This record gives sequence, structure tokens and C-alpha cells, in this order.
Amino acid sequence: MTFLKRYLIPRLIQYILVIWLGITIVFFIPRLTPNDPVMKMVDQLQARGTLLEPGTMDKVIADLTEMYGLEGSWMDQYWAFWGRLFHGDMGVSFFQFPATVNDLIARAMPWTLALLLTTTAISWTVGNIMGGLAGYYSRKGWSRVLDTIAMVIRPLPYYIFAFTLLILFASTLVFRWFPVTGGASLGAIPSLNLGYIKDVLWHAALPALSLTILGGAVNFQIMKLLVQNVNSESFVQYAKLGGVTENRIVGKYVIRNALLPQITGLALGLGQLFSGALITEIVFGYPGMGMLLYNAIVRADYNLIMGITIYSIVGITTAILILDLTYPLFDPRVRHF
Amino acid sequence: MKVLKDLFQDYRFAFSFVVLVIILIMAILSFFSPYDPTLWNVVPRDMPPSAEHWLGTDSNGQDIFWQATFAVRNSLIISLIAAIVSRVIAILVGMVAGYSGGNTDRVLMFISDSLLVIPLFLIMVMIAMLVREYMNLVVLGLMLAVFGWAWDARLIRSLILSLREREFTKTAVLSDTGTVKLVLNEYMPFAMPLIFSTLINNMSWAIGLEMTLAILGLVNINIPTLGTMLNWAIYYQSILLGRWWWVLTPVVLALFLFIALYWLSVSISEYLDPRTRVQRVGA
Amino acid sequence: MNNTILQAQNLKAFYILDVHGTQKVVQAVNDVNLEIRENEVYGIAGESGCGKTTLLKALYGSFDPPLRHIDGKINYMIDGEAVDVTSLDPKTLRKLRWDYISYVPQGSMSVMNPVKKVKDTYQDFIESHGIGQSKDEALELAKAHIIELGLPRNILDSYPHQLSGGMRQRVTIALAALLKPRIMIGDEPTTALDVVVQRGVVQLLKDIQKNFENTIILVTHDMGVHANIADRIGIMYAGKFVEEADTYTIFGDPQHPYTKFLIDSLPKFGDKTTRESAPGSPPDLANLPSGCPFHPRCPYTVEQCMQQMPDLIQISDHHKVACWLVTGEEHG
Repeated sequence: MTFLKRYLIPRLIQYILVIWLGITIVFFIPRLTPNDPVMKMVDQLQARGTLLEPGTMDKVIADLTEMYGLEGSWMDQYWAFWGRLFHGDMGVSFFQFPATVNDLIARAMPWTLALLLTTTAISWTVGNIMGGLAGYYSRKGWSRVLDTIAMVIRPLPYYIFAFTLLILFASTLVFRWFPVTGGASLGAIPSLNLGYIKDVLWHAALPALSLTILGGAVNFQIMKLLVQNVNSESFVQYAKLGGVTENRIVGKYVIRNALLPQITGLALGLGQLFSGALITEIVFGYPGMGMLLYNAIVRADYNLIMGITIYSIVGITTAILILDLTYPLFDPRVRHF
Repeated sequence: MKVLKDLFQDYRFAFSFVVLVIILIMAILSFFSPYDPTLWNVVPRDMPPSAEHWLGTDSNGQDIFWQATFAVRNSLIISLIAAIVSRVIAILVGMVAGYSGGNTDRVLMFISDSLLVIPLFLIMVMIAMLVREYMNLVVLGLMLAVFGWAWDARLIRSLILSLREREFTKTAVLSDTGTVKLVLNEYMPFAMPLIFSTLINNMSWAIGLEMTLAILGLVNINIPTLGTMLNWAIYYQSILLGRWWWVLTPVVLALFLFIALYWLSVSISEYLDPRTRVQRVGA
Repeated sequence: MNNTILQAQNLKAFYILDVHGTQKVVQAVNDVNLEIRENEVYGIAGESGCGKTTLLKALYGSFDPPLRHIDGKINYMIDGEAVDVTSLDPKTLRKLRWDYISYVPQGSMSVMNPVKKVKDTYQDFIESHGIGQSKDEALELAKAHIIELGLPRNILDSYPHQLSGGMRQRVTIALAALLKPRIMIGDEPTTALDVVVQRGVVQLLKDIQKNFENTIILVTHDMGVHANIADRIGIMYAGKFVEEADTYTIFGDPQHPYTKFLIDSLPKFGDKTTRESAPGSPPDLANLPSGCPFHPRCPYTVEQCMQQMPDLIQISDHHKVACWLVTGEEHG
């Protein structure tokens, strides 16, 4: 039970505090910027040619103020904000009125989750195993070749890499093997038949490839370095002295130990991975939360952006918490207090 | 110097050095540009590369090569501001947290870790949306700086923690050296290689983020940067219309820049790290 | 006299380092000749940095860069045949390891895989050398072995970090004896342990040697341990052997000045005179002095010592010395 007290509870408190901090930042950003979002909205409405009679202007402002949650003092707003959050009320999308933010996110989330989870799983495992082998056999030719490839790919930001793939494989400039945008072909009806699934996979191929290769390159390089360090650890030298078969050494001694910091690394990198997935979706027009975000930006749908941000904060922090709590399963040294 | 000669043995350093020199030259060339980057229609539009316009012209009626020199210059300025300011913050936070320990450490690290965990991209989208009009190079640089220090603050803190336990610290404390003097004079030399390599990585990160934000239209698109050039190129459908010279210029320049910055930081850190030096020995 | 089981002939093993473009050669094992016999405990003594560990690695055939085998042979006597370790291919060498000869490295506290239980490590070692043994058979073998050596049964189910340093050391020693090898090599097995635990470790080694009647080559700078367990002792200095004799002779009648310093520095019960250790410090193995490597610190240096390296010469039945002072008069 000391585990609970000394580790679990502080960790949970940290979890809640981080979420609180994140959401508070989200709350304060619009209120700290020099623009008045209500007046901005009014300006935009007028710019679109909406005619407003004098009397209704006040009502519009009042309505908008309520919708933006800007009534009352900051403390009032803050409480009201949290009140709504606890009811799961993310508000209404400004530009896809009357669709609620929750609806829109619910529709886009599965696409993003599918993409993110598969690419993360593949890039983490494959990247680490290949990086591990490359680190152990670092003098071999294939190891150096892979390292050079990773050297070229790793520093590229998600957008540039995705965009390069787009130019290379989905445009008229080079090859035109993949579709340019969308999750499925236009007019395709979602159903569980093979045709639709193939269509979806074909459309998801480039974004998935982009995320997997980039993530894989990062994991590859980090793992290679880790393995080179683990290689010089005394227990690896000892296994070699003991005449343990090489396969066993690579698997059970080297990679198994080098993998441990990568679990933590995954937790730390989830925020970046997620942002990267969103950005990649935007490049390929993939109908996940990335495209949702893009449309929200273009249409200044502030409520939607806030909703996406809040869900992201909660989702990522929770995923990190889960990873952290499962870490003792892999490293017996932290199990015993 | 011998150091440079040794470094040039590493193909990565050689490549990045050459690339960065070229890019720097481009940035400096911008001061000699015959065209004003803020004016439109100064040259005929959408012309492919020729002797007169080395990289062709764009749909705004601008010479792409000279536009690119400004773009490179501005992107570098933004990233330098972001990287330097965030280094300063990271050093301050890391050193204070590492040296003080206790609750100060815990609070600072909590803030730092939270910044790592929270999806900063989305936060920056939110901020950028609202300050779009006021966005200039400095503002953007500062915004990136405020969010870019967390990772390195932790690295510096670890370094300080290990240095704190060393003999020379105890000697310095016993001889009544003031804390600030101790930290600045004694610890800085150890931190320098770390700071330098993270500076370069941070620059790369800053440019990447600037480009991403620019393409989403969240910066002042009238200031030429690598990102805004790409934004304009996409806006005018240059891929679809086959105007490769316009869209490829910022992309190719950016690719080289990212790879060069990364290779520079890796080759230098490997050169300085005593462990990898030993691996170079006795092959 | 027992048969020879391990033989080193003119063995030279150096570290070749590339420091900032210039080559640095560390002459860690510098022309060593050894004859180790069956059923004995052979101790190797000397200060830190004299090349003891490198010698052990060389004898084990473990030439990892930057350590290079420069010259000489190392023969294992396997079934009456002399097998030169330096010319073996890696596969054969791997099979020999643990089966014929095993190694207890320095700092045995951290040599086991931290994420696996002790029994897993035992199983790994067994299965890598076994012929079609199942996992359970391997486990039974390990259990029986542990009990036979008097170690508590539950250590197999523990993780390394759950055991104390002394217990980990004994576990490693037991592991080294697992396949009943003909030779066991131990590098400072008692260092970094408190005296009480040291006693347990030394006792374990003794029990193993007595039961299996194998050979143990023990390296330690602790002369007390040598006195306790070694049958013969070789004194190493600057990569060479300067004296070799059975334990009684080394302690009772040391001939080489360095050996005399080593023995004299040991506290004797009841003797209250000041202990003296050898003046100065051991030489830099990359920059050896000319002639006899001990001459800068030796109180009896003569001209010849500075110019010529003395050979290890047999001066009596079980006693060899390498010193002009001792052998010079007899040999001109």
C-alpha cells in the first residue's frame, strides 16, 4: 500500500494539476489578447454583408457575449466555464451552427485515433527494433545506410515531410499513385464491405506512411544510441563472457534494457506525435481532427478550436498517465519500494 | 584550427557547414535585392526560371530568387530570436531549479513538464489566431521562445544536479563564493556544449513551427518567410498548375536547412561527448 | 606435480589507443609465461594498474578492441590436446566458455540482467551450452547447484537488485561453477565487500575447488586472501611476472624487492613497527622505464637494472624470480 501512497496519489494529483493548468491556459488566452472576440465577430458578420438593424445589434452582442462565455467578471466566467465543462458542454460551433462542438469532434475523432494509434504502434515497435539491431551491429553496412536515411528524415517537421510525400506521390509533379485528399472517395458510402475498407486504406496510406516513417526515424536514431550505451554495460559484457548465444544477448539483454527509456520517451513525445498527426491530416485532407482544426481556423470558429484543444489536453495527459503506471510492469527495479 | 579540421572529417559537419554558409550568403544577399519584397507586380507573373529570373517568378509578380533571400533572412531571424530567448529562459529555469532544489525545483519542473505534455501546437494556434495582426518577426520569435524552453531546462537542471555534488562546488562554497558567481563562472563551461547543440535544434524547431503556422495562415503573410512563401504558393495552386519552381523553392531550401542544422548539432555534440570519442578509438 | 591445464607462452597483449591522431600503446601484458596446473588455486597479486585484469581477459581469450593480441600463445589443455585460444574461431570459443573455463568479473555486483530474475540468467547460461535441455531441466539443474553450494533457495526467484552485494557476488561465483568448468577465473572477487562477507566468498571458492577439484585463478591485491586460499602465487608488476612460488615461500622468503614490500606492508599480529609500502607509484604502462620496470622505486638498483630487463629464472624447485639482484650474481 506504500505504492499507493508514495507513488500513485502524487502522480494522480500531478495529472489533475496538469489538466487544470492546461485548461486554465486555454481559458485565459482569448481573454488576454488585445482583441475583443465579440466585436471581431460582429465585424466579420458585417463584412459578410449581414445587415443589422440598430436595435438588434445590442441583442447580437449580448447573445455573442453569452455564447463566448464572456458575461460577468473573470471569476464568474471561470466558474461558468468549468461548470459547463463538467456537464460535457463544449459549446456550439460558430460556423457549423447548430452542430455542437462535441458532435463535430465525435465524428472526426475515430479517424484520428485510428491513424494515430496504428502509426504510433508501428513506428515505435519497428523503429525501436530496427534501431536496436542497428545499434548492436553498428559496423555493418545496412546499419550505416539506415542511419544515414534516418539522419535525413528525422529533422524534418511533420508538415514538410508530409508535404514532400504529397508532391512526390500524389500530385502531377512526380507520381500520381495516391489520392490528394479525403478519407474516402467522394460519394462513397460508409459500410463495412471490402470495397469501402480498401478505399479508406488507400486514402489513409500516405498520411499513415508519413507519420510512421517520421516517427520511425526518430525512434530508430534514439534507440541506436541507447543500444550503443547498453552494449558497454557490465551485464552485457558478462553475458558475452558467459558464452550466451548472440541472439539471446541482443534480445533479452540489450534491446530489452534499452527499450525501457523508450517507454518513457514515448510518453514524453505523445504531445508532439499528436500535433504531428493533426498537421499531417491537414496536408492530406484526411477527415480527422486535423481537418476539423483547419476548417475551424479558416472560419475563426473559436469554440471549436477550444474544444479540440481541451479534448487533446485531457486525452494526451491520460495516455501519458496510463503509460507511466504501466512502466513498473516492464522494469522490476521500480516495482519495489 | 585543428578542431575545425577534425570536425570536417565528419561528412555531416562538412555538408551542414557548406549548406549553412550558402544560406547565410543568401540571407545577406537580401540586402542587395533589386526588388522590394513588399511590392506586387514588379515583374511579369508566373514565369519559369530563366537567365533573368533565376528561380522564375510567382503569381504575385515577384522574382522568386530575391523573394527567397528575404524569406531565408526572416526565417533565420525568427528562429534566432526564438532560440536565444528560449535558451536564456531554459538556463535560468534549469540553473535555479537544479541549484535550489526543494520546492522551487518542484514547481519549476512541474511547469516545465506541463509544457512538454500539453499540445503546444494547439495553444499556439489559439494565440496566433488572436494576435495575427500584431504579428511581426519579433513577436513570432518571442511567442515561439515562450514555449520552447521546457525540454532544455530539464537537461540543464540534470547537469546542474550532477555538478552540484562535485568536489569543486564544495570547495567554492567553502571559500564563500556567491551563488550567482558560482553558477555563472563555474558551471557555464560545462553547460556550453549542451546549450549550443540545443540552440541549433531549437532553431530548427522554430523554423518548422513558423512554417507550419504560416501555411495555416496564422502569421502575417505579408512578411516574406519560408513559411509564407509556401503559403502563397499553395494558395495560388502552384502544384496543380505545375508551377514547380514556386512551390519547390521554399520546400527545398527548408529541407536543406533542417537537415543541415540537425547534422551540425549532431556532429558537434558527438565531437564533444567524451563517450562517443572513445568509440571512435580502437576500431 | 599435477598436469598443466593452462599455458601462456611469451604472451603480449597491448591496448592500442588513438588519442587525437597519435597512437598510444599501453603494454598491459608484456611477455608473460605461465604454467597453471590442474586442481590448484593460483593467485595473482599486484597493485592496481599492473595488468592483472588484462592478463585474465587475455587468458580467457577476450581480446576486445582496443585490446589486441600482439604476440605469444595461450594453450588450454583439453583432453590432453593443446588448444591455442588465440587462433580459435569465435564459435568454438563461445562453446568453450563456461563449459571449460569460466569467469567471475570485477564488480560482480552489477553483472546480471537487471530486468530478469536470477533464474533467467542461470537458464540463459545453461541453455546456451546445453544440448537440447528444456527450460524446466535447466531450472532444476540451477536449483540443485545452488543448494549444493549452500546458498539460499529463494535467490533464484529474486531480481538482482533485491539481493545484497555480497549475495550477488556469491551468486555470480556459483554461476561460474555451474557447468563444472575445469578452470575458473576470478577478478577481485572480494573487493568492495565487508570483511564478514569476504569470508563467506572465500569459503565458497574453497568449497567449490575442493568439491570439483578444478583450477581457480584468482586475482586480488589483497594478500590476506592469497594467504587464505592460494596454493601458488605469482607477483605481477608493470605487465610482467617478477616472482612466482608457492604461498609459504612467497610469504616466508620473498626474493624480489617488490614482493618484499608487499609482504612487509601487511600488518602482523603483535608487531607494532611502522608499515612501509613501496615508495613512489606504479609506472605508466604506456611509458615504461628502461630495463627492469621496478628500478625507479627499487632501493637496490644497480647499473644493470636500468639497462636490461631481467628474465624470470627458476632459483629453486618451486620458486622463480626476475631480478638482477637475485639472479645477476649467478648468471654473470
